Amino acid sequence: MVDIPYDAIAGVPPAEVPDVELYHPRSWWTRYVFSQDAKVIAVQYALTASAIGLVALVLSWMMRLQLGFPGTFSFIDPNQYLQFITMHGMIMVIYLLTALFLGGFGNYLIPLMVGARDMVFPYVNMLSYWVYLLAVLVLASTFFVPGGPTGAGWTLYPPQAILSGTPGQDWGIILMMASLILFIIGFTMGGLNYVVTTLQARARGMTLMRLPLTVWGIFTATVMALLAFPALFVASVMMLFDRALGTSFFMPSLVEMGTLSKYGGGSPLLFQHLFWFFGHPEVYIVALPAFGIVSDLISTHARKNIFGYRMMVWAIVAIGALSFVVWAHHMYVSGMYPYFGFFFATTTLIIAIPTAIKVYNWVLTLWRGDIHLTVPMLFALAFIITFVNGGLTGLFLGNVVVDVPLSDTMFVVAHFHMVMGVAPILVVLGAIYHWYPKVTGRMLNDPLGKFHFWVTFLGAYMIFFPMHYLGLLGVPRRYYELGEAAFIPPSAHSLNAFISVVALTVGFAQMVFLFNLAWSLFKGKLAGGNPWRATTLEWQTPETPPGHGNWGKDLPVVYRWAYDYSVPGAKEDFIPQNQPPATPSARGALP
Amino acid sequence: MYVALLLLLVAIGSVLFHLWSPWWWTPIATNWRYIDDTINITFWITGFVFVAVIAFMAYCVFRFHHKEGRRAAYNPENKRLEWWLSVGTGIGVAAMLAPGLVVWHQFVTVPPDATEVEVMGQQWQWSFRLPGKDGRLGTTDVRNISSDNPMGLNRDDPHGQDDVVIDNGDLHLQVGKPVKVLLRSVDVLHDFYVPEFRAKMDMVPGMVTYFWIKPIRTGTFDVLCAELCGAAHFQMRARVIVDEESEYHAWLEQQKTFAELSGRSAVTRATYKSGGE
Ligand code: HEM
Ligand SMILES: [Cu+2]
Ligand SMILES: [Cu+2]
Repeated sequence: MVDIPYDAIAGVPPAEVPDVELYHPRSWWTRYVFSQDAKVIAVQYALTASAIGLVALVLSWMMRLQLGFPGTFSFIDPNQYLQFITMHGMIMVIYLLTALFLGGFGNYLIPLMVGARDMVFPYVNMLSYWVYLLAVLVLASTFFVPGGPTGAGWTLYPPQAILSGTPGQDWGIILMMASLILFIIGFTMGGLNYVVTTLQARARGMTLMRLPLTVWGIFTATVMALLAFPALFVASVMMLFDRALGTSFFMPSLVEMGTLSKYGGGSPLLFQHLFWFFGHPEVYIVALPAFGIVSDLISTHARKNIFGYRMMVWAIVAIGALSFVVWAHHMYVSGMYPYFGFFFATTTLIIAIPTAIKVYNWVLTLWRGDIHLTVPMLFALAFIITFVNGGLTGLFLGNVVVDVPLSDTMFVVAHFHMVMGVAPILVVLGAIYHWYPKVTGRMLNDPLGKFHFWVTFLGAYMIFFPMHYLGLLGVPRRYYELGEAAFIPPSAHSLNAFISVVALTVGFAQMVFLFNLAWSLFKGKLAGGNPWRATTLEWQTPETPPGHGNWGKDLPVVYRWAYDYSVPGAKEDFIPQNQPPATPSARGALP
Repeated sequence: MYVALLLLLVAIGSVLFHLWSPWWWTPIATNWRYIDDTINITFWITGFVFVAVIAFMAYCVFRFHHKEGRRAAYNPENKRLEWWLSVGTGIGVAAMLAPGLVVWHQFVTVPPDATEVEVMGQQWQWSFRLPGKDGRLGTTDVRNISSDNPMGLNRDDPHGQDDVVIDNGDLHLQVGKPVKVLLRSVDVLHDFYVPEFRAKMDMVPGMVTYFWIKPIRTGTFDVLCAELCGAAHFQMRARVIVDEESEYHAWLEQQKTFAELSGRSAVTRATYKSGGE
């Protein structure tokens, strides 16, 4: 392990850092609204993302009502169904998960965990949030424009996305593209901050190989997002031109509702390549922060160092790099040159190896630990189950020939919900239970948390595990209703109804969680500075919640890695990263 | 320990569900049994890993959950163990990938004796075309599409004149004869999907895509569209009927060629229709 010996640090005089202008808030407005404090921006991101995420949740109820009880709910017509899946998918993936992990957790945790006072460009950071908010508002406005939101599916494939057979063809699709463009602009402003802060603003002694895995996960995901989002950006701009100016980037000559259109010469597959060049890394943009966070949750609550820290870091980096050469596994049946299948199947299955290493190291961390079954730990354990399940079904879909019968069926829907829907959401929830005490100074209510956990985990599993078998049977995705087909037995309809009932139950369990969040803000048990007895820097702040500038007068100095739990010979079962070694023997023998 | 037990139950429940649930793939009707076999191999390997990981986790929770006085061990890493696990995973992955790639090679290699049929998708219906006596399909262009030329054949292409055009009817195939299914769309993406065939492929305007199959049993199968194509995507249906040789030829006799169809003008067609009412 890269280690800075104690003496090397002791020998360096404290850096002469002039008192920097920290843009301290001067009024209520600059403290809570136009704040440049990363922690406030983080909360703003999190609240906005959760609000729009609730819309996506309600949309999922609508879809489940329709699928479970076709013909019963006359207020859902086929066009609306398509609009619901599109908005649900897009919101969940981009406006909720990406924004929450990077804008929310990234903003809160990076400066605190690396021992910085704030993000390095606070003003740009503030702008990032406001542009994101604008993107969300533009997106939400599509529910109220003539024709409603686009129903092109979250993949927005042309030609249908911009032709008249698809709902939302007039304003919905234009505003969707505008909103994505705004989102990417906003994200880029935030993303540059996260990267530069991690690289340049670490506290003394905080080497890269001493960073908590949470920071590694968010950092790598941000780098990936900065490289992947431009592909979506250009695709959106080009499609906007096709729709609004009559260019034909993605449009071959074709017939629109019986008449020859004005388009000609473009390629629909080009869009798919651009989309998935963004879209596959996007999966990991959501997954890597979850990987990082869950590593820290497991380590803290099992009172044990994360097993194989260096492997964990390299696995994150390897996954990040490899995920840029697998995008066409989403296009095995798209009509692309079939021999690409050999290449993309191989690269895709190779990613399974670093991913599996991460899973092994999580469970090996539990081995001979001192496992506290707190709510965050329960969510972490549930994450492992759902992630392993979803990751393994990825081996079906990545193996080109196996994907042929399964693609575009409910098997795919079940797979990606398990791996990038349920698994990351479980981490988000666990992380909220874990860091809420730092953000608010109070603990969340434990019995309510346990209730919320079991309903959410078991419910989500019961929704998505059986769904794979509907796909195996051949039920296609994005179907308003199944209708009559010889290969679909009546029992499949009962299964659909069952799934819908569970989905509604899980949805309402989230209301318990929201209540807990609100109630604990005022009535929760006082947390103190370090309720989980954790090692990382964010728990060592002089105040809780941390004030502007995070550290009071003196920046912390880091003497050890983030995982000195249960060090033999030490009095406590954790040694904070900023605690100087008292005697060489209690020095958390760094590997 | 109820947590450990519940975690274990999730794994056991999943396996039991897999074994006993009534939902499984539909009986296959083509030569792609190999695909089913590859899926089965994948189920075995992944199922084993799934149960092993969760069982290990549940055991840890059972054995090492917090008790007064327990203290965790301190073992940062174990290079040997990590290498062995990586190598083992690599072997498991290879065991799935290798058969997968072999079968994919068969999937993309069309046998020389395969005959061609064409499937055309448009919002929201299917049309089919078979080569005539010359065994070749004529060329097409979306710009030719009109009410009496729904598939957009080129009128001056001699190969197209004897093509059998089935607009709004069922497709028939002959059992035991390999076919290369050429796929084309005139408006948006569609996907020709027959669950019993296992094969599927998107249909992309401006391109011709394909897959090949050899039907191995007779029967009537539903055709679904598997790529979102707009409002009535879920209603885009047709049927494929796999026949014995004699029935197939009897059916083929009754079909109209392009020349026969385009001989009639749109006007006579219209009067024929209204006369029927
Ligand atoms: C309990 C929670 C959820 C339920 C009940 C649910 C349900 C559904 C349903 C019914 C569909 C449409 C299936 C179809 O007809 O094709 C769908 C699509 C989708 N969902 Fe979820 N979902 C949930 C959570 C999530 C989460 C957390 C994510 C985040 C990744 C997510 C991402 C998506 C995506 C990307 C689609 C595809 C949309 C498309 O086909 O264009 N969902 N979901
Ligand atoms: Cu992917
Ligand atoms: Cu369709």
